[in-house]
Amino acid sequence: MKLNYRPILIKTFELVLLVLSFLIIFGPMSSLFLWSIAQKWYWPHPLPQEISFAYWKQALGIEKSLAIGAVSIVPAFFLSLGIAIVTVIIAMALAIPAGYALAKYKIPFGTFVMFLFLMPNAFPQQPIFVNVLQMFTRLGLAGTVPGVIIVHILVGLVFGVWITSATFRSIPPSMEEAARSVGASAPVAFFRITLPLAAPGLLASSVFVFITSLDEFTGTFFVGLPFVHTLPLTLYSSSGYNMQFASVIALILLIPSILFMFLIQRVLKAEYVGGMG
Amino acid sequence: MSELRMENLVARYGKVTALDRLNLTIKDGELVTLLGPSGCGKTTTLRSVSGFLKPDEGNIYIGHRNITDIPPEKRGIGLVFQNYALWPHMTVFQNLAFGLELRKVPLEEIRKKVRSVLSIVKLEGYEDRYPRQLSGGQQQRVALARAIILEPDILLLDEPLSNLDALLREQMRFEIAQIHKRLGITTLYVTHDQTEAMVISDRIVIMKDGKVMQDGRPEEIYLRPTNRFVAGFMGTTTFLEGTVQTIQGDSCMLKTFEGWELRGIACGGVTPGTKASAAVRPEAVEVLYSPIGAVSGKTPAENSFEAEVDSSYFTGEVIDYHFRLGSSFIRVRGDTKRILKPGDKVTVRIDPDRLPIVPAESI
Ligand SMILES: Nc1ncnc2c1ncn2[C@@H]1O[C@H](COP(=O)(O)OP(=O)(O)OP(=O)(O)O)[C@@H](O)[C@H]1O
Ligand SMILES: [Mg+2]
Repeated sequence: MKLNYRPILIKTFELVLLVLSFLIIFGPMSSLFLWSIAQKWYWPHPLPQEISFAYWKQALGIEKSLAIGAVSIVPAFFLSLGIAIVTVIIAMALAIPAGYALAKYKIPFGTFVMFLFLMPNAFPQQPIFVNVLQMFTRLGLAGTVPGVIIVHILVGLVFGVWITSATFRSIPPSMEEAARSVGASAPVAFFRITLPLAAPGLLASSVFVFITSLDEFTGTFFVGLPFVHTLPLTLYSSSGYNMQFASVIALILLIPSILFMFLIQRVLKAEYVGGMG
Repeated sequence: MSELRMENLVARYGKVTALDRLNLTIKDGELVTLLGPSGCGKTTTLRSVSGFLKPDEGNIYIGHRNITDIPPEKRGIGLVFQNYALWPHMTVFQNLAFGLELRKVPLEEIRKKVRSVLSIVKLEGYEDRYPRQLSGGQQQRVALARAIILEPDILLLDEPLSNLDALLREQMRFEIAQIHKRLGITTLYVTHDQTEAMVISDRIVIMKDGKVMQDGRPEEIYLRPTNRFVAGFMGTTTFLEGTVQTIQGDSCMLKTFEGWELRGIACGGVTPGTKASAAVRPEAVEVLYSPIGAVSGKTPAENSFEAEVDSSYFTGEVIDYHFRLGSSFIRVRGDTKRILKPGDKVTVRIDPDRLPIVPAESI
């Protein structure tokens, strides 16, 4: 029997890639984790000399501490989560029709509209948000949760609309036309055919908006302070004083993103089985 | 009654006029093929009929019903797309049942109809497959089944077989013809493929630049083209140019620029004294493998000419030749028993009954 080395080679290569990507993703995370439990860690020791979970307990509000920058981050976590969820719902409610219209109809100045959406990301953000702050102050939105949500929507909408319109564009018009030809009105064709076909892309888009909101710093900093303390703001204000504490927050910030990634993967897999091919 | 009628359809895309006063009637139960070069407006015609494109002018009728302003879903027209357009997130059953569900047909009846339509397209037992689990040919059958399950008045097919390989294409064209015969749905069919059009159509409509160039039965279109465009479009045609000498009934005598006399069939209203073109098709040319004198003694037979082999192309079944005939070239097919070389002198005889002579000016 002749041995075929190709599959073995490919498998080996896959394994190497897997290990590498693990290192790339989890390398920094493990250093964060080390920091978060380091009670005592002086140069040039490669590992902390003393470890404890004191910072975790402080962060999760289980123990109170008087150390500078050590606050319970539980309220900030739920605030961030809530803001992110509301942001996703509203942003997607806007992005789906906008993306669909941009994909399907020849909108005059369509490219221009898309460009407009990109503006906040094409320029340095600070000057834009300073202006937004002035406007929001006049409207009474500065320092409020709705104000922060609006900012997050504006930031998230950019990618939301881009991804959704790309998704809709990738669905051939004949899909809807076939539905029309067997008696479906335009709305029925959209909800029964186009929307299910677009689901994976729309989900990816909402994940993007969600994570963007969770991580959003600049806009929240200008518009939300001094009353709205989201997780990234808490991370920022504590990291100057306390590396361990900052590591704890950074790790906690990662949790929803990772959960969401797994969720997406599950749903996308299900879609493939269901025939998205 | 479900006759499909288009009256003076005009469709423009910006400056491009895709349909230019198109008039077309497809009688009840007929299968008509639209044939024409790329960009001549075939798809535009279908999209106007199906309702996805609003023509700038003109009217479309099904029977006595003017459907020009009726939305696509209310026209009662079945569609088959070039890319099949099956819904990938639904099984074959769900694809076929969708239209019936929208009509609130009871599930039992839906099951029965799906089964019966799947048997028509020879796909019994495939209900639970997803489209991606089907071959291209099977997907095409499902697409056809989906278009006929609602028993539409009109069936429109836009190059339905162009994504299939040659063998399957040939098989499917017979099946489509059979299904059409069995169901008798008024059908408008678009294709690039002449043979396909010949095989399946009751009538062929040749289009060019958004206008109808000729409309007739397949043999009419092929053997009696009414203009140079159609003559050139159908078959492997090369032209011999000249002036019409005499016309007697169907028969037409052409004098080529070399002074040769060529008899053929008068088509498209050629008149004596006008310039005309003889459409030479390979199957009408007989090759006599010797110079002209040796064949017919002193007086050359009618429509026989001396030719010189210019180039030859071996295709397997036959050999494609380009012959030089005076100052013109004609394309000829020879069998593989005897292979001619460039420079060989032969005699060709063109069958006058299969030589259409059409007006030289293109419309
Ligand atoms: N959406 C469009 N925008 C602008 N011009 C178009 C559009 N669709 C078609 N055209 C033009 O209209 C004319 C007719 O197009 P149509 O698609 O009907 O041709 P066709 O006969 O179906 O060609 P093919 O055999 O290549 O499918 C062409 O000149 C084409 O360039
Ligand atoms: Mg076309």
